[in-house]
Amino acid sequence: MAEWEPVLLANVHRPNSEKIGTYLAHGGYQALRKALSMSPEAVVAEVKASGLRGRGGAGFPTGVKWGFLPPDAPVKYLAVNTDEGEPGTFKDRLIVERDPHAILEGVIIAAYAIGAHRAFVYIRGEFFLGVKRWIKAIADAYQHGFLGKDILGSGFDLDVSVHRGAGAYICGEETAMLESLEGKRGQPRLKPPYPAQVGLWGRPTIVQNVETLANVPHIILRGAAWYASIGTEQSKGPKIFCVSGHVNRPGNYELPLGTPLREIIEKYAGGVRYGRHIKAVIPGGVSTPMLTARQIDVPMAFETLAAAGSALGTGAVIVMDETTDMVEVARRITDFFVHESCGACVPCRLGGFRMLERLEAIARGRGRPDDLAKLESLARGISGLTFCPLGTGMCEPVLSGLALYRDEFVARLNTAAKR
Amino acid sequence: MLLSALYLAQEQAGYLTPAAIERVAQRLGLSPGQVYSVASFYSLFRIEPVGRYVIQVCKGLSCYLCGGAEKVADYISAKLGIRPGETTPDGRITLELVECLASCGTAPAMRINDQLYENLTLDAIDLALERLLEGGEHG
Repeated sequence: MAEWEPVLLANVHRPNSEKIGTYLAHGGYQALRKALSMSPEAVVAEVKASGLRGRGGAGFPTGVKWGFLPPDAPVKYLAVNTDEGEPGTFKDRLIVERDPHAILEGVIIAAYAIGAHRAFVYIRGEFFLGVKRWIKAIADAYQHGFLGKDILGSGFDLDVSVHRGAGAYICGEETAMLESLEGKRGQPRLKPPYPAQVGLWGRPTIVQNVETLANVPHIILRGAAWYASIGTEQSKGPKIFCVSGHVNRPGNYELPLGTPLREIIEKYAGGVRYGRHIKAVIPGGVSTPMLTARQIDVPMAFETLAAAGSALGTGAVIVMDETTDMVEVARRITDFFVHESCGACVPCRLGGFRMLERLEAIARGRGRPDDLAKLESLARGISGLTFCPLGTGMCEPVLSGLALYRDEFVARLNTAAKR
Repeated sequence: MLLSALYLAQEQAGYLTPAAIERVAQRLGLSPGQVYSVASFYSLFRIEPVGRYVIQVCKGLSCYLCGGAEKVADYISAKLGIRPGETTPDGRITLELVECLASCGTAPAMRINDQLYENLTLDAIDLALERLLEGGEHG
């Protein structure tokens, strides 16, 4: 296959890439002009036909979601998720800081397609530069007539505002984000109803991740057929893979979905540091199950990773070499989820804490002989049984770690300990 | 609205004093309990005083794999004589270990107030600390 020419990350390395002038000089806002000349229904149809699926982790087909909005609702909203927090993920921060107009153009097109006249950008409170870049991009877009009343003479109105989160991973979950936007504790809502029916302040709301939105202008400009020609059967288009951990060249790499994990690690990220070997790879952020070195020929696509027992998640690839302490990896990830549990439901709040206790004991060499069975039993009582997906995500690294690297856990148990 | 108000209120004293929570509640027509409930949910809102400079060392998996996290925090602890969660006796510097800063590709990472430090080395940490101890500005 020919070398992939970046689309989503085409601008980020240019000088002053965040400025509207730079964006305009490289074809920026041409997709918006084209979209405004189409009917909103035609824009939705184009996005649907492209096969674009959400890049925030769940992978839901974007155009299909847009079609769920009740057509007769008088007020609809678009909410933009910049609450990137899945450990291992650092793509959204890059786009927001270096190419905010690429997302904003997608925001305007999406709002036009779904008939929303208000868009709310929610951004992780820690992204200080990202907040500034979002605000500046929006102000400049107003100045150029890309936002506000009668955008480019189309008769379409849109206002966009920026809202800072305040340090809570769970607010990346779409309904928790809506709660937070409303000024409440970021605790997920019961679904259904889905936000497309009952969202922000009770209004039908479409929530999209920024990488998803950054794809939209390219789909409009080059057409759904072009977009659908990239990728695999069920995973279309380019994807930003965040590679970190024990590799020579960590970083963000934009490649077509379906690119083999091995190619991403070896060809793009420069292989494992110090000539060492891979022990484990987390393919899609810490809530996705680990893969072993023998599984890295898997194509990075939704369906192929699911078949391999894992998930594409956010596309955050964390590489661990043969020196990695897998007990510590499981402990550290569990510590993260326990800290970030919103505390609303018992399996996650209490079950997670109990798992962490066992993992800490094992890591200190004080694990009891039945601790591994206990961990698995706890995980079975959490996974799939919590209010939101955080609980399930919490169990994946523990269960996959135990399944794939059980010997390491067993070796750390204190066999003399009594219950 | 409430989150924005809490950010503004927090700028006054560096943390949310009981008086600040009371004031926000009054202005927004909420009870102080409601405001406290929201403020305490989010890690960026502080109910306790912190130092003028807050050093936040990332303890995410990628930073740990790249020799950061506790190793960086331990190094700073030894230099400042405080452990994570503590503030120097002069009230200037607080040290914390925090969750992923989304700098995994440039690990190890830490933040001092609103400035991010990436690809950390011991020299880089020394330099950042020296600037703090000399009273240099950091956001």
